[in-house]
Amino acid sequence: MTTMTVIEAVRSTLDEEMARDDRIFIIGEDVEAGGVFRATDGLHAKYNDRVIDSPLAESSIIGISIGAAHYGLRPVAEIQFADFIHSGFDQLCSEASRWCYRTNGDAYLPMVVRTPWGGGVHGGQHHSQSIEAYYAHMPGIKVVAPAFPADFRSLLKASIADPNPVLFLEHKRIYRLIKQEMEGAPAETQLSRARVTRKGTDLTIFAYGFMLHESLNAAETLSGEGVDCMVVDLLTLNPLDKETVLESAKATGKVLIVHEDTLTGGLGGEISAIIAEEAFEYLDAPIKRLAAPDVPPMPYHHAMEDFFMPNREKIAAAARALAAY
Amino acid sequence: MTATRTRRTRSRETIEDYLLSEQQLEDMYYHMLLARRLNERMLALNRQGRAPFVIAGAGQEAAQVGAAMALKKGEDYVAPYYRDLGVNLVLGMTAREAMLNLLGKRDDPNSHGKQMPSHWGNVSRRIVTQSSVVTTQFLHATGIGLAAKLRKDPIVVLTSCGEGSTSKGDFHEALNFSAIHKLPVIFFVENNGYAITESNEKEMPVPNVADRARGYGIQSAMVDGMDCIAVYQTVRPAVDQARRGGGPFLIEAKCYRLWPHSSDDDDSRYRPKKELEEWIKKDPLTLFRSRVEDDGIFPREDLDEIEKRVEEEVRDAAQWAMMQPDPLPEDALTYVYRELS
Ligand SMILES: Cc1ncc(C[n+]2csc(CCOP(=O)(O)OP(=O)(O)O)c2C)c(N)n1
Ligand SMILES: [Mg+2]
Repeated sequence: MTTMTVIEAVRSTLDEEMARDDRIFIIGEDVEAGGVFRATDGLHAKYNDRVIDSPLAESSIIGISIGAAHYGLRPVAEIQFADFIHSGFDQLCSEASRWCYRTNGDAYLPMVVRTPWGGGVHGGQHHSQSIEAYYAHMPGIKVVAPAFPADFRSLLKASIADPNPVLFLEHKRIYRLIKQEMEGAPAETQLSRARVTRKGTDLTIFAYGFMLHESLNAAETLSGEGVDCMVVDLLTLNPLDKETVLESAKATGKVLIVHEDTLTGGLGGEISAIIAEEAFEYLDAPIKRLAAPDVPPMPYHHAMEDFFMPNREKIAAAARALAAY
Repeated sequence: MTATRTRRTRSRETIEDYLLSEQQLEDMYYHMLLARRLNERMLALNRQGRAPFVIAGAGQEAAQVGAAMALKKGEDYVAPYYRDLGVNLVLGMTAREAMLNLLGKRDDPNSHGKQMPSHWGNVSRRIVTQSSVVTTQFLHATGIGLAAKLRKDPIVVLTSCGEGSTSKGDFHEALNFSAIHKLPVIFFVENNGYAITESNEKEMPVPNVADRARGYGIQSAMVDGMDCIAVYQTVRPAVDQARRGGGPFLIEAKCYRLWPHSSDDDDSRYRPKKELEEWIKKDPLTLFRSRVEDDGIFPREDLDEIEKRVEEEVRDAAQWAMMQPDPLPEDALTYVYRELS
């Protein structure tokens, strides 16, 4: 048994995968020196020219990964902060996401773009953002956002094995905050599988990333008050695991969706639409979304940042109100 | 001034000077002519209401065919742009396939009806799928060059675009990266004078695209893009050098868009008639034909023979393609993701 943080989970998985498959290479800013979060620490020394420092040009990091994946290699690109991925939006949206579609499957792109996302780290406007909704809107791309170290390991491995472009989101707040005991190789798993992380009968909370941990904490608080919350970790945000979403909504009849992304156009809207369309008869209360307010994310000063972000108290309050409905 | 140079073939070389065999010269003429005649037939089909959209390479055939002939077919990669019918024909696309592509037919090997016409792509011919977004392919070519270098494969990637597209960020990011890593990438710019309605001066403050290479430490050359042999003779050494590890090369072929931007464009709005008339005199097909005829390389009858063969091929291709099956409506749902194998 070893205890691993999220960042150790990412680093060790990259190492193991690179040792296993010499088609895998890493490209990104500062990755040769280990990257600003140290996710690639030691890998350049071990794998030499398979860990490549890129110039500071995000479109090129993604566009070059597309070319290399088309050639048959397995690029794992790092975008230093999710907030800076948008100059690569075109390469993801206009190119990567439709490569397979527009060639009727003749060509495909086994590539991963890893990037740290999310707030609560005093990162202000451009080191805090939730970018998942922009990219989860693109058919042809998979978006993954784990919460526990063991899932980082198994889902990163699955993302590298996947023959499609995968955007792998690593919440930076939990890089060193969340630890987990684990053993041996990553569990075999597939993308697009959500998981019931906590069983419960009174209401269902859907969350991912850092908010999954905050939701689990809120559920713990509420259990002391006699409210039994189910908590579902979405894990893959596109394509969504509709089956698990519907089953767990039906099981309790009350739904709370939590994300730190802003409300309008966030994933909460999509999940509530799925439930409203296909599980309406099972609902005992209106679906509730708890999200960040619709302001440009996210203000720097801690007073405003705390106000902006959902957290365990706000989740507990929303769940309490929903349970009482 | 800069490291750039204009190459022009002398008027009276011998076959040895061309460094091209008679067979290669014949292929050159055949492919240029096939591209032109296909484009003409496509436009006719458009005017008859049988094809919604045509974007053609008339005036750029010499640049396209000359550049593609400098590559190793089936080994080297090409990330082309929408006007490059000539490139595709040299690399193996048939007239019938070109017509399937125009009509968005089910069996079009490029995209099976998913993309607009002239958005090329063919895995077995190593032609990289392209979108409508200009210049993104420069980075794909760079990525292929990087992958080939990592794998120590002796291949070269040629990627092309119009001169207007060289103002886009991806052009600069691609040049920068491939120069840093000395990648085997040839950046081939077909300067046809216009980006839709905008002439060169509106697109860039320097007279030549080739001048832009210098800031990235990339070697560059300019060539008369109406002269197929000159293009070949410029691209070929650059390809050989890149294959030997000499790094990327930018080549600007100065040519001219003889037709409107697309079947939807009216170029009389922005293009002086006199300018067009001057360039028509330099039509790459006429130029090539008169040169090989004057030099006595091919007798007139041989060239007429090629012309007849091409006309027949184009007629057959159009008729045949129109009878081929369309995609099913539900094919719109296929191949969003590749299944795990
Ligand atoms: C990113 C992007 N912006 C705009 C367009 C619309 N558009 C298509 S072709 C074109 C002009 C391109 O000019 P140039 O690069 O010189 O190529 P040419 O068409 O002259 O061969 C424009 C603006 C596009 N396809 N992609
Ligand atoms: Mg142009």
